[in-house]
Amino acid sequence: MRTPCPSPTGPPEADPDSGPFWAALRERRVVLQRCAACARLRFPPMGRCPWCADPRSTREEVHAVGSVYSWVVVHRAFRPEFAADVPYVVATVDLDAGPRLALRLERPAGIGFGSRVHPVFHRHADWTELRMALDG
Amino acid sequence: MADPVAVAGVGYTRFSRASGRPVLDLAADAAVAACADAGLPLHEVDGIASHMVGADSENAQAVGTALALPGLRLVLDLNQAGHAPCNLLGHVAAAVASGHARHVLIFRALNGRSGPKVGSARFPGRGGQFRYPIGYDAYPMYIAMWARRYLHETGQDARDLAAVAIAHREYAVRNERAVRRTPLDLDGYFASPLVVDPFRAADCTTEVDGACALLVTTLERARDLRRPPVRVAAAAYRAGPRPGLDIGDHVLTEDYTRNFTDLLRDELFGRAGVTPADVDVACVYDCFTSAVLMSLDGLGLCERGGAGELVRSGLLPINPHGGLLGEGYLHGMNTLAEAVLQVQGRGGDRQAARHDVAVVTSGALMDGSAAVLTADR
Repeated sequence: MRTPCPSPTGPPEADPDSGPFWAALRERRVVLQRCAACARLRFPPMGRCPWCADPRSTREEVHAVGSVYSWVVVHRAFRPEFAADVPYVVATVDLDAGPRLALRLERPAGIGFGSRVHPVFHRHADWTELRMALDG
Repeated sequence: MADPVAVAGVGYTRFSRASGRPVLDLAADAAVAACADAGLPLHEVDGIASHMVGADSENAQAVGTALALPGLRLVLDLNQAGHAPCNLLGHVAAAVASGHARHVLIFRALNGRSGPKVGSARFPGRGGQFRYPIGYDAYPMYIAMWARRYLHETGQDARDLAAVAIAHREYAVRNERAVRRTPLDLDGYFASPLVVDPFRAADCTTEVDGACALLVTTLERARDLRRPPVRVAAAAYRAGPRPGLDIGDHVLTEDYTRNFTDLLRDELFGRAGVTPADVDVACVYDCFTSAVLMSLDGLGLCERGGAGELVRSGLLPINPHGGLLGEGYLHGMNTLAEAVLQVQGRGGDRQAARHDVAVVTSGALMDGSAAVLTADR
């Protein structure tokens, strides 16, 4: 059952737009929306294209490799759930397919601007998280 | 006909770690203090404007009730964070200029330290499902994500962040209202623990309990009141394309090295009839040190990439109250109030020598607001 104020760090509360994204991750696939008018891929999932406002879109699987645009190293957890993870890296990654995503980066040693990354599907008890790892 | 508009007074509560009081009481106290500062009888107030994040404050209606106001012509409650203060000022100034309201209070009140903490609270909105469950769950992380890229592209580094932290602390030492007054030097900065690299604790604002209010009226009325009027020469809000699904969603923004100040600079200074070279005092939103650098760049107060050097030079007074870094995190309402005090020449030990033109910003990333305040001459 959905609550008006979802728990901060529980499983993602899928909505009609994001449901297919989360469902595909469980199958180790990355599925994004493509605008039927301007043909851009987009993220986050939403009902209209934020470039052209067209409401028509299709979903497709993308090859989720890309490069690091920026990153942070979290040294202090802001919630107890992540205390055991510090230090951990969150990166903004520009997919070769277009969209930018903010993701946890595994094995970040040697990270730099433009570092090439590939997807890692990290399983939680009841959802799958898209992470990335440095190539090589 | 649009009448010129002025800020006539400012009011504060004490800033503390635990006020022990309801937010409504803090808001009302700051509002009463602003009216007393201006010398305006409370019952003449006919408008109230404020902002909150989630439900961390009280709405204008409640404050009007607590102040026993006979009537209200304007209420405005924005669900915005630090990008709100100058945005509120712009809306209120337009309402006063057009005669829709005559004496309007703008306030920010919160128990930001003892109550819900904005920095790590979950923002309402649809972008959160992609951030919070993965541990990308606090505001310093988002600003830090921009900061790393900004420093990289502009040829600056941690020493430039340090310059901001050190300069702000020097001012805070001279400000009795400030909550962080221990002197800070370069060694002290680099000894400060990393929170979210590239940010150390010294790069981050300090959350406080408290309230701050401004009284806005026509310039004509302000001239009859107790304090020197501070003209609202211009105010502007700007968001660029695709500002995101909530205030922490920035994956649709392409360039993390330029914030909203780049977008509104020409419009703001143009409407005010001044140039960046005319600015005597800059009161720049500083939830985190990088926001100061990026905004000084964006406002054209220095060459791109020269912000750290400008701060080190000491040539331009920047956040004489010690900023949100030193005085405390009233979400920039206190930064707007400091600009008023500076233009009035009431800055005490921290008063800028020249203070006819102040620029103020509210916000750090994709969207935000700014104002130019000038002396009445």
